[in-house]
Amino acid sequence: MRNIWTIAKREFNQYFVSPAAYVVAFVFLLILGIIFYGQLGGTVVYGGSPQVVQWVFGPFVTLVLFLTPGVTMRLLAEEQRSGTMELLLTAPLREWELVIGKWLAAFAFMAVVIFLTSIYFLITNAFTTPGLDRGTILAAYVGFLFMCAAMLAIGVFTSSLFVNQIAAFFATMGVSLALWLVGFLFQQETGVVADIVNYIDLSGHFYNNFYTGVIDLSDIVYFVSITALFLFLTTRTIESRRWR
Amino acid sequence: MIEVNALTKRYGQRTAIQDLTFHANKGEIVGFLGPNGAGKTTTMRILTGYMPPSEGQGRVAGFDLLTESFQVRKRVGYLPENVPLYPEMTVIQYLDFVAELRQISGRQDRVDEVMEQVRIDHRAESYIGNLSKGLRQRVGLGQALLHKPEVLIMDEPMDGFDPQEQIEVKKLIREIGQAQTVMLSTHILAHAQELCDRVIIIAAGRIVAEDTPERLSAQIAGGGRIHLQVDGDSHGLAEALGQMPGIVAVQPAGKDGRFDIETAPGVDGRAKIAQAVVNGGWSLLELHRDKATLEQIFIELTKNDNGEAPAQPGAAA
Ligand SMILES: Nc1ncnc2c1ncn2[C@@H]1O[C@H](COP(=O)(O)OP(=O)(O)OP(=O)(O)O)[C@@H](O)[C@H]1O
Ligand SMILES: [Mg+2]
Repeated sequence: MRNIWTIAKREFNQYFVSPAAYVVAFVFLLILGIIFYGQLGGTVVYGGSPQVVQWVFGPFVTLVLFLTPGVTMRLLAEEQRSGTMELLLTAPLREWELVIGKWLAAFAFMAVVIFLTSIYFLITNAFTTPGLDRGTILAAYVGFLFMCAAMLAIGVFTSSLFVNQIAAFFATMGVSLALWLVGFLFQQETGVVADIVNYIDLSGHFYNNFYTGVIDLSDIVYFVSITALFLFLTTRTIESRRWR
Repeated sequence: MIEVNALTKRYGQRTAIQDLTFHANKGEIVGFLGPNGAGKTTTMRILTGYMPPSEGQGRVAGFDLLTESFQVRKRVGYLPENVPLYPEMTVIQYLDFVAELRQISGRQDRVDEVMEQVRIDHRAESYIGNLSKGLRQRVGLGQALLHKPEVLIMDEPMDGFDPQEQIEVKKLIREIGQAQTVMLSTHILAHAQELCDRVIIIAAGRIVAEDTPERLSAQIAGGGRIHLQVDGDSHGLAEALGQMPGIVAVQPAGKDGRFDIETAPGVDGRAKIAQAVVNGGWSLLELHRDKATLEQIFIELTKNDNGEAPAQPGAAA
C-alpha cells in the first residue's frame, strides 16, 4: 500500500517538472474563461439566471476528452520505452500497486486543474443575489471527478499497451471518444442492445444527471466500474508481459 | 546465494537459453561471459525476478524464483544493462525514490552513505539526464546497493567507465563481493579474469565452460605457441626444428633470433626443443610457452567444430 503512495508522489511531481503541465492548465483555463466571459456578459445584457454549471462543464467536458490522453500517455509507455520498467518490476512492488499509483497521480493532477475552475463560480457568485445554488455545483464537481477517474483509467490502460507516447495518446482519445459517442447509434431505439449500449455510453451518465445537479448512485457505480475494470486490465497486461 | 537448475527461456519460437545449471555462493564473485546474444541478459532477468523461466527452477537468496519472486526481489540488487534511469530527476531525488520503494528505514542517511560509496555525492543535485555515461552508471550501481542486497546482479557493469574509473569500480565490486553474492556479466575477458572467483562461459544459450579463470587457462595449455630465442647465428634452426614430430610450424619472429613455434594439441615439446637447439650448436637464450589467455579459451570454446561463429540458438533448437 505504501508503494502506491511512493509511485503516485513521484509521478505527480513529474507533471510539474516540465512546463507542459503549466501550459496545458493555462490554455484550458483561458478557453473556459473566454466562454465563461461571453456567457456572463450575455446574461448581464439580456437578463436571465446564470447557468454557470453548464457554462463551465459544457465546454470543459469536451476539452477533457483531449486533456486526459495527454495526462496519461506517458505513465506506462515511457517506462516501457526507456527501460525503467525493468527496475520497477524487479523491485518489491506489486503490479497493481504500480498501476494504482500511476492512476492516482494522474487523478490528482486532473483534480488540481478541475479545482482551478472554481474561480468562475466564485466570480459569478459575487455578482449574484442571493448567490448560486451550492448543491448543484457540488453535484457537478463530484460527477466530473468520477467521470475523469474513469477516463484516466482508460488512459492508463492504453498507455500500458504502447512504448510510444503519441500512440498511447491517440489510442486513449479514440477509446474515450468512442465511449462518449456510442450512445448516438441507438438514440432513437429501444430494446436490450440499445439499453446496454446506452448504459455503456459515457456521456449519458454525465449529461443526464451530474450536469443538471443530480447525483445518481447508478452513475457513480458506472464510473467506478469503468475505473476498476481498466485498472484491472492494465495490471493483467503488465503481469502477462513478464511471461512472454 | 544463487542456485538454478535447468533454466530454459523461450521467446516465442526462439530459445534464448537452454538448460542452464549453475550456482554462486555467498562471498563469491561469479562472472558470466559470452558473446552478444548468448543469453546473459535473459538469464539475469530471470535471476532478478523480472520474468519467470519457461522451464527449470532456481533459488536466489534462499527463495524460490517462481513461487517467491517477491521475496527474491526484496533481497536482490540489480544493475540492468544500459542503466535505465529517469533523466528528469536529480540523483538524490531518484535514490530517495528507490529507497522509499524499498522501504529502507533511515532513508536519508542511507542515500548519503551510498552516494559516497559510489562516489556520486558531488553531483547529488544534478539531473540524471545531464550526467555522463560513467556517472549514470554510478547512480545505477547506487540504486542497486541501497537496500544492502544479499545478492547483487550486474549486467555489464564496466560498460561506460574509462580505465581509471574501472579500477575504482572493480575495487568496489571486490569489496561487496567479500560478504555478498555477486554475479556480473561482461564480454570483456580481462574484467572477468581480474574480478571473478569463477567464470561461467555461455554461448548460444548454453554453458560451454565453468571454472576459475586460472584453471580455464590451464585447460587448453597443451597445444599453443612457444617462444624461442637464440643468440647469434640461427641459420638452419627453423628447418631443423620443423622436422621434429609434434611441431606444426616454426616461424621467424623478428630479427634477433626469435622464433614462434606452433605445436600440435596436447604436445608440450619444450624439453625436446631445448635439447635440439643445444645439440645443434645454437646458443639458447630463451624458451617459454604462452599461457592461454581467457581470450583464447573463449574463442576456442565458442566456435563450433567448423571453426565458425556459434549458430543462432533459435536455429539450433
Ligand atoms: N524480449 C525478447 N524477445 C525476443 N527475443 C529476445 C528478447 N530478448 C532477448 N531475445 C533473444 O534472446 C537471445 C539472448 O539475448 P540476451 O539479451 O539474453 O543476450 P546477451 O548475452 O545479453 O547479449 P549482449 O551481450 O548483446 O547483451 C538473443 O538471440 C536475443 O535476440
Ligand atoms: Mg545483454
